[in-house]
Amino acid sequence: MGIEVLIVALIVFMLIAALIAVETSDLLSAVIAVGAAGFALSAIDLLLGAPDLAITQVVVEIISLVVLVRLVVTRTDTSATRPADVLRTGVALLAAGVMLAVVFVAFGGASDRGVVPPFGQPVLTHRPDDPIPPGVGKDYLARTAEEIGAANTVMSVVLDYRGYDTLGEATVIFVAIIGAYAMLRTQGRRKERLP
Amino acid sequence: MKTGDGMTLIVKNVTRLVSGFIAVFGIYVAMTGHLGPGGGFAGGVILAASGVLIVLAFGGRTARKFITESTCHVADAAGAFGFLVVALCGFFAGSFFARFIPIGRLHHLASGGTLPLSNLAIMVKVAAGLVGVFIALTGFGRVLLEKKSPDRPRQGPMPFEE
Repeated sequence: MGIEVLIVALIVFMLIAALIAVETSDLLSAVIAVGAAGFALSAIDLLLGAPDLAITQVVVEIISLVVLVRLVVTRTDTSATRPADVLRTGVALLAAGVMLAVVFVAFGGASDRGVVPPFGQPVLTHRPDDPIPPGVGKDYLARTAEEIGAANTVMSVVLDYRGYDTLGEATVIFVAIIGAYAMLRTQGRRKERLP
Repeated sequence: MKTGDGMTLIVKNVTRLVSGFIAVFGIYVAMTGHLGPGGGFAGGVILAASGVLIVLAFGGRTARKFITESTCHVADAAGAFGFLVVALCGFFAGSFFARFIPIGRLHHLASGGTLPLSNLAIMVKVAAGLVGVFIALTGFGRVLLEKKSPDRPRQGPMPFEE
Protein backbone atom coordinates (compact mmCIF):
# COMPACT_ATOMS: atom_id res chain seq x y z
CA MET A 1 0.00 0.00 0.00
CA GLY A 2 2.77 2.41 0.93
CA ILE A 3 4.65 1.96 -2.31
CA GLU A 4 1.59 2.87 -4.36
CA VAL A 5 1.17 6.14 -2.47
CA LEU A 6 4.85 6.91 -3.11
CA ILE A 7 4.49 6.12 -6.82
CA VAL A 8 1.38 8.30 -7.12
CA ALA A 9 3.24 11.14 -5.41
CA LEU A 10 6.14 10.74 -7.85
CA ILE A 11 3.75 10.73 -10.80
CA VAL A 12 2.13 13.94 -9.54
CA PHE A 13 5.64 15.43 -9.23
CA MET A 14 6.40 14.35 -12.80
CA LEU A 15 3.18 15.93 -14.06
CA ILE A 16 3.98 19.22 -12.32
CA ALA A 17 7.54 19.17 -13.72
CA ALA A 18 6.26 18.45 -17.22
CA LEU A 19 3.72 21.28 -17.00
CA ILE A 20 6.46 23.67 -15.84
CA ALA A 21 8.68 22.50 -18.70
CA VAL A 22 5.95 23.21 -21.23
CA GLU A 23 4.65 26.45 -19.79
CA THR A 24 7.77 28.32 -18.69
CA SER A 25 9.25 30.87 -21.06
CA ASP A 26 12.83 30.35 -19.88
CA LEU A 27 14.56 27.56 -21.78
CA LEU A 28 16.99 26.72 -18.98
CA SER A 29 14.13 26.26 -16.49
CA ALA A 30 12.36 24.04 -19.01
CA VAL A 31 15.44 21.85 -19.44
CA ILE A 32 15.86 21.48 -15.67
CA ALA A 33 12.17 20.64 -15.25
CA VAL A 34 12.50 17.92 -17.90
CA GLY A 35 15.47 16.54 -15.96
CA ALA A 36 13.44 16.50 -12.74
CA ALA A 37 10.67 14.55 -14.47
CA GLY A 38 13.20 12.03 -15.77
CA PHE A 39 14.77 11.46 -12.35
CA ALA A 40 11.32 10.92 -10.83
CA LEU A 41 10.68 8.32 -13.53
CA SER A 42 13.91 6.53 -12.66
CA ALA A 43 12.88 6.54 -8.98
CA ILE A 44 9.58 4.91 -10.01
CA ASP A 45 11.52 2.27 -11.97
CA LEU A 46 13.59 1.53 -8.89
CA LEU A 47 10.51 1.26 -6.66
CA LEU A 48 8.84 -1.15 -9.09
CA GLY A 49 11.86 -3.45 -9.02
CA ALA A 50 13.43 -2.71 -12.40
CA PRO A 51 17.06 -1.82 -11.61
CA ASP A 52 18.22 -2.28 -15.23
CA LEU A 53 15.73 0.30 -16.42
CA ALA A 54 16.48 2.63 -13.49
CA ILE A 55 20.24 2.62 -14.17
CA THR A 56 19.73 3.31 -17.87
CA GLN A 57 17.20 6.05 -17.15
CA VAL A 58 19.49 7.79 -14.64
CA VAL A 59 22.57 7.83 -16.87
CA VAL A 60 20.63 8.86 -19.99
CA GLU A 61 18.96 11.60 -17.97
CA ILE A 62 22.31 12.91 -16.70
CA ILE A 63 23.86 12.92 -20.18
CA SER A 64 20.87 14.55 -21.86
CA LEU A 65 20.65 17.15 -19.10
CA VAL A 66 24.33 18.05 -19.53
CA VAL A 67 24.01 18.27 -23.31
CA LEU A 68 20.82 20.34 -23.17
CA VAL A 69 22.17 22.72 -20.52
CA ARG A 70 25.34 23.19 -22.57
CA LEU A 71 23.25 23.93 -25.65
CA VAL A 72 20.93 26.33 -23.85
CA VAL A 73 23.79 28.20 -22.18
CA THR A 74 25.60 28.75 -25.48
CA ARG A 75 22.44 30.01 -27.14
CA THR A 76 22.05 33.77 -27.16
CA ASP A 77 18.28 33.78 -27.45
CA THR A 78 16.67 32.01 -24.49
CA SER A 79 13.04 32.87 -25.12
CA ALA A 80 11.00 30.07 -26.55
CA THR A 81 8.58 30.72 -29.35
CA ARG A 82 4.99 29.81 -28.67
CA PRO A 83 2.29 28.76 -31.10
CA ALA A 84 -0.97 30.66 -31.31
CA ASP A 85 -3.52 30.34 -28.54
CA VAL A 86 -6.18 28.62 -30.65
CA LEU A 87 -3.69 26.03 -31.83
CA ARG A 88 -2.47 25.40 -28.28
CA THR A 89 -5.98 24.89 -26.96
CA GLY A 90 -6.84 22.57 -29.83
CA VAL A 91 -3.73 20.45 -29.37
CA ALA A 92 -4.29 20.26 -25.61
CA LEU A 93 -7.92 19.17 -26.08
CA LEU A 94 -6.88 16.57 -28.66
CA ALA A 95 -4.17 15.19 -26.36
CA ALA A 96 -6.59 15.00 -23.43
CA GLY A 97 -9.14 13.18 -25.60
CA VAL A 98 -6.60 10.64 -26.83
CA MET A 99 -5.36 10.06 -23.28
CA LEU A 100 -8.89 9.50 -21.97
CA ALA A 101 -9.60 7.06 -24.81
CA VAL A 102 -6.41 5.11 -24.07
CA VAL A 103 -7.23 4.95 -20.35
CA PHE A 104 -10.80 3.88 -21.14
CA VAL A 105 -9.65 1.03 -23.39
CA ALA A 106 -6.73 -0.03 -21.22
CA PHE A 107 -8.38 -0.14 -17.82
CA GLY A 108 -11.69 -1.58 -18.89
CA GLY A 109 -14.57 0.73 -19.63
CA ALA A 110 -16.77 -1.40 -21.86
CA SER A 111 -16.08 -4.83 -20.44
CA ASP A 112 -15.61 -5.51 -16.76
CA ARG A 113 -11.95 -6.30 -17.32
CA GLY A 114 -9.59 -4.13 -19.34
CA VAL A 115 -6.79 -5.03 -21.66
CA VAL A 116 -4.16 -4.20 -19.07
CA PRO A 117 -3.99 -6.37 -15.95
CA PRO A 118 -4.50 -4.65 -12.58
CA PHE A 119 -1.68 -2.64 -11.01
CA GLY A 120 1.17 -4.66 -9.54
CA GLN A 121 0.73 -7.61 -11.88
CA PRO A 122 3.16 -7.64 -14.80
CA VAL A 123 1.73 -8.13 -18.27
CA LEU A 124 3.93 -11.12 -19.01
CA THR A 125 2.70 -13.16 -16.03
CA HIS A 126 -0.12 -15.62 -16.11
CA ARG A 127 -3.54 -14.49 -14.97
CA PRO A 128 -5.25 -17.26 -12.98
CA ASP A 129 -8.70 -16.88 -14.57
CA ASP A 130 -7.45 -17.04 -18.16
CA PRO A 131 -8.16 -20.27 -20.06
CA ILE A 132 -5.01 -19.88 -22.16
CA PRO A 133 -2.06 -18.54 -20.21
CA PRO A 134 -0.73 -15.52 -22.15
CA GLY A 135 2.34 -14.95 -20.06
CA VAL A 136 5.87 -15.90 -21.01
CA GLY A 137 7.60 -14.47 -17.94
CA LYS A 138 7.69 -17.71 -15.99
CA ASP A 139 8.97 -19.51 -19.06
CA TYR A 140 11.87 -17.07 -19.39
CA LEU A 141 12.69 -17.36 -15.70
CA ALA A 142 12.69 -21.14 -15.84
CA ARG A 143 14.70 -21.54 -19.03
CA THR A 144 17.30 -18.75 -18.85
CA ALA A 145 19.74 -20.41 -16.45
CA GLU A 146 20.19 -23.58 -18.48
CA GLU A 147 19.75 -22.17 -21.99
CA ILE A 148 21.66 -18.90 -21.83
CA GLY A 149 23.71 -19.28 -18.67
CA ALA A 150 23.22 -15.65 -17.70
CA ALA A 151 22.32 -14.67 -14.17
CA ASN A 152 20.49 -11.56 -15.36
CA THR A 153 17.29 -12.70 -17.01
CA VAL A 154 16.52 -9.23 -18.36
CA MET A 155 19.74 -9.18 -20.36
CA SER A 156 19.13 -12.66 -21.74
CA VAL A 157 15.69 -11.58 -22.92
CA VAL A 158 17.00 -8.34 -24.42
CA LEU A 159 20.02 -9.78 -26.19
CA ASP A 160 19.03 -13.37 -26.94
CA TYR A 161 15.32 -14.18 -26.93
CA ARG A 162 14.51 -10.73 -28.34
CA GLY A 163 17.79 -10.18 -30.17
CA TYR A 164 16.07 -8.96 -33.32
CA ASP A 165 14.44 -6.15 -31.35
CA THR A 166 17.77 -5.03 -29.96
CA LEU A 167 19.35 -5.15 -33.42
CA GLY A 168 16.56 -2.95 -34.72
CA GLU A 169 16.96 -0.61 -31.76
CA ALA A 170 20.70 -0.29 -32.40
CA THR A 171 19.96 0.43 -36.05
CA VAL A 172 17.47 3.13 -35.04
CA ILE A 173 20.06 4.84 -32.82
CA PHE A 174 22.66 4.55 -35.59
CA VAL A 175 20.37 6.15 -38.17
CA ALA A 176 19.30 8.88 -35.74
CA ILE A 177 22.92 9.79 -35.01
CA ILE A 178 23.77 9.84 -38.73
CA GLY A 179 20.78 12.09 -39.29
CA ALA A 180 21.94 14.44 -36.52
CA TYR A 181 25.41 14.63 -38.08
CA ALA A 182 23.93 15.34 -41.50
CA MET A 183 21.65 18.10 -40.23
CA LEU A 184 24.21 19.78 -37.99
CA ARG A 185 26.79 20.09 -40.71
CA THR A 186 26.46 23.54 -42.24
CA GLN A 187 28.66 22.90 -45.26
CA GLY A 188 29.40 19.72 -47.11
CA ARG A 189 32.55 17.77 -46.53
CA ARG A 190 35.25 18.76 -48.98
CA LYS A 191 38.32 16.84 -50.06
CA GLU A 192 41.44 18.20 -48.44
CA ARG A 193 43.80 18.50 -51.39
CA LEU A 194 41.84 20.32 -54.02
CA PRO A 195 43.64 22.67 -56.39
CA MET B 1 48.64 30.90 -14.42
CA LYS B 2 47.64 30.39 -17.99
CA THR B 3 44.82 27.91 -18.34
CA GLY B 4 44.09 28.06 -22.05
CA ASP B 5 40.61 27.27 -23.25
CA GLY B 6 38.12 25.17 -21.33
CA MET B 7 37.20 25.55 -17.69
CA THR B 8 39.35 26.51 -14.71
CA LEU B 9 42.35 24.59 -13.41
CA ILE B 10 40.33 23.03 -10.57
CA VAL B 11 37.84 21.52 -12.99
CA LYS B 12 40.62 20.28 -15.23
CA ASN B 13 42.49 18.59 -12.38
CA VAL B 14 39.33 16.97 -11.03
CA THR B 15 38.57 15.76 -14.54
CA ARG B 16 42.07 14.28 -14.84
CA LEU B 17 41.46 12.34 -11.62
CA VAL B 18 37.88 11.26 -12.19
CA SER B 19 37.36 10.65 -15.90
CA GLY B 20 39.39 7.44 -15.96
CA PHE B 21 37.38 5.98 -13.09
CA ILE B 22 34.12 6.91 -14.81
CA ALA B 23 35.28 5.21 -18.00
CA VAL B 24 36.33 2.05 -16.11
CA PHE B 25 32.98 1.98 -14.31
CA GLY B 26 31.17 2.23 -17.63
CA ILE B 27 33.15 -0.68 -19.04
CA TYR B 28 32.47 -2.66 -15.84
CA VAL B 29 28.72 -2.06 -16.07
CA ALA B 30 28.75 -3.19 -19.69
CA MET B 31 30.92 -6.27 -19.06
CA THR B 32 28.87 -7.53 -16.13
CA GLY B 33 25.55 -6.86 -17.82
CA HIS B 34 24.77 -10.58 -17.93
CA LEU B 35 25.49 -11.00 -14.20
CA GLY B 36 23.61 -8.09 -12.70
CA PRO B 37 21.75 -4.91 -13.51
CA GLY B 38 23.36 -2.80 -16.18
CA GLY B 39 24.18 -3.77 -19.71
CA GLY B 40 25.67 -2.37 -22.86
CA PHE B 41 23.45 0.65 -23.19
CA ALA B 42 23.90 1.91 -19.61
CA GLY B 43 27.64 1.20 -19.69
CA GLY B 44 28.00 2.99 -23.00
CA VAL B 45 26.21 6.05 -21.69
CA ILE B 46 28.49 6.13 -18.61
CA LEU B 47 31.53 5.85 -20.88
CA ALA B 48 30.13 8.68 -23.00
CA ALA B 49 29.71 10.75 -19.83
CA SER B 50 33.47 10.45 -19.29
CA GLY B 51 34.10 11.68 -22.84
CA VAL B 52 31.64 14.54 -22.46
CA LEU B 53 33.34 15.53 -19.20
CA ILE B 54 36.73 15.68 -20.93
CA VAL B 55 35.35 17.75 -23.83
CA LEU B 56 33.57 20.14 -21.46
CA ALA B 57 36.47 20.60 -19.04
CA PHE B 58 39.34 20.95 -21.51
CA GLY B 59 37.51 22.81 -24.24
CA GLY B 60 37.08 21.78 -27.81
CA ARG B 61 40.54 22.59 -29.08
CA THR B 62 42.45 20.57 -26.47
CA ALA B 63 39.98 17.70 -26.40
CA ARG B 64 40.33 17.40 -30.17
CA LYS B 65 43.72 15.82 -29.60
CA PHE B 66 42.04 12.82 -27.93
CA ILE B 67 38.49 12.75 -29.27
CA THR B 68 37.58 13.92 -32.75
CA GLU B 69 34.35 13.66 -34.62
CA SER B 70 35.78 11.26 -37.18
CA THR B 71 37.00 8.93 -34.40
CA CYS B 72 33.47 8.90 -33.05
CA HIS B 73 32.07 8.12 -36.51
CA VAL B 74 34.43 5.18 -36.94
CA ALA B 75 33.82 3.78 -33.45
CA ASP B 76 30.08 4.22 -33.81
CA ALA B 77 29.99 2.30 -37.06
CA ALA B 78 32.39 -0.33 -35.68
CA GLY B 79 30.16 -0.94 -32.65
CA ALA B 80 27.04 -1.34 -34.78
CA PHE B 81 28.93 -3.63 -37.13
CA GLY B 82 30.29 -5.64 -34.20
CA PHE B 83 26.81 -6.37 -32.91
CA LEU B 84 25.80 -7.45 -36.41
CA VAL B 85 28.92 -9.65 -36.64
CA VAL B 86 27.97 -11.43 -33.41
CA ALA B 87 24.55 -12.14 -34.88
CA LEU B 88 26.08 -13.21 -38.21
CA CYS B 89 28.50 -15.61 -36.50
CA GLY B 90 25.42 -17.20 -35.02
CA PHE B 91 23.98 -17.36 -38.54
CA PHE B 92 27.01 -19.30 -39.76
CA ALA B 93 26.76 -21.58 -36.73
CA GLY B 94 23.12 -22.41 -37.42
CA SER B 95 20.60 -19.60 -37.34
CA PHE B 96 20.65 -15.83 -36.91
CA PHE B 97 21.45 -14.93 -33.28
CA ALA B 98 22.29 -18.57 -32.54
CA ARG B 99 24.38 -19.22 -29.44
CA PHE B 100 27.71 -20.28 -30.89
CA ILE B 101 29.72 -19.87 -27.68
CA PRO B 102 29.37 -22.40 -24.83
CA ILE B 103 27.28 -20.91 -22.06
CA GLY B 104 29.81 -21.52 -19.29
CA ARG B 105 29.06 -21.64 -15.59
CA LEU B 106 26.31 -19.56 -14.06
CA HIS B 107 27.43 -16.42 -12.15
CA HIS B 108 30.88 -16.49 -13.76
CA LEU B 109 32.22 -13.70 -15.94
CA ALA B 110 32.73 -16.02 -18.90
CA SER B 111 29.14 -17.15 -19.04
CA GLY B 112 26.08 -16.28 -21.04
CA GLY B 113 27.40 -17.27 -24.45
CA THR B 114 27.26 -14.33 -26.83
CA LEU B 115 25.78 -11.87 -24.33
CA PRO B 116 29.08 -10.28 -23.15
CA LEU B 117 30.26 -9.77 -26.75
CA SER B 118 26.98 -8.15 -27.73
CA ASN B 119 27.09 -5.96 -24.62
CA LEU B 120 30.61 -4.75 -25.45
CA ALA B 121 29.65 -3.97 -29.06
CA ILE B 122 26.59 -2.00 -27.93
CA MET B 123 28.72 -0.18 -25.35
CA VAL B 124 31.20 0.99 -28.02
CA LYS B 125 28.36 1.99 -30.31
CA VAL B 126 26.38 3.98 -27.74
CA ALA B 127 29.41 5.70 -26.21
CA ALA B 128 30.85 6.80 -29.56
CA GLY B 129 27.48 7.89 -30.86
CA LEU B 130 26.65 10.02 -27.83
CA VAL B 131 30.07 11.69 -27.66
CA GLY B 132 29.95 12.37 -31.40
CA VAL B 133 26.50 13.90 -31.19
CA PHE B 134 27.62 16.01 -28.23
CA ILE B 135 30.61 17.32 -30.19
CA ALA B 136 28.42 17.99 -33.20
CA LEU B 137 25.68 19.68 -31.18
CA THR B 138 27.92 21.97 -29.19
CA GLY B 139 29.50 23.11 -32.42
CA PHE B 140 33.16 22.73 -31.52
CA GLY B 141 33.84 21.53 -35.04
CA ARG B 142 32.17 24.66 -36.34
CA VAL B 143 34.45 26.94 -34.32
CA LEU B 144 37.52 25.16 -35.65
CA LEU B 145 36.15 25.41 -39.17
CA GLU B 146 35.83 29.15 -38.80
CA LYS B 147 39.40 29.35 -37.59
CA LYS B 148 40.53 27.67 -40.78
CA SER B 149 38.54 29.90 -43.14
CA PRO B 150 38.08 33.32 -41.56
CA ASP B 151 36.83 34.92 -44.78
CA ARG B 152 33.62 32.93 -44.68
CA PRO B 153 30.94 34.79 -42.67
CA ARG B 154 29.53 33.07 -39.63
CA GLN B 155 26.10 31.58 -40.18
CA GLY B 156 24.80 32.05 -36.65
CA PRO B 157 25.59 31.04 -33.08
CA MET B 158 23.76 27.74 -33.28
CA PRO B 159 22.10 25.56 -35.90
CA PHE B 160 18.35 25.68 -36.44
CA GLU B 161 18.27 29.45 -36.08
CA GLU B 162 16.92 31.53 -38.88
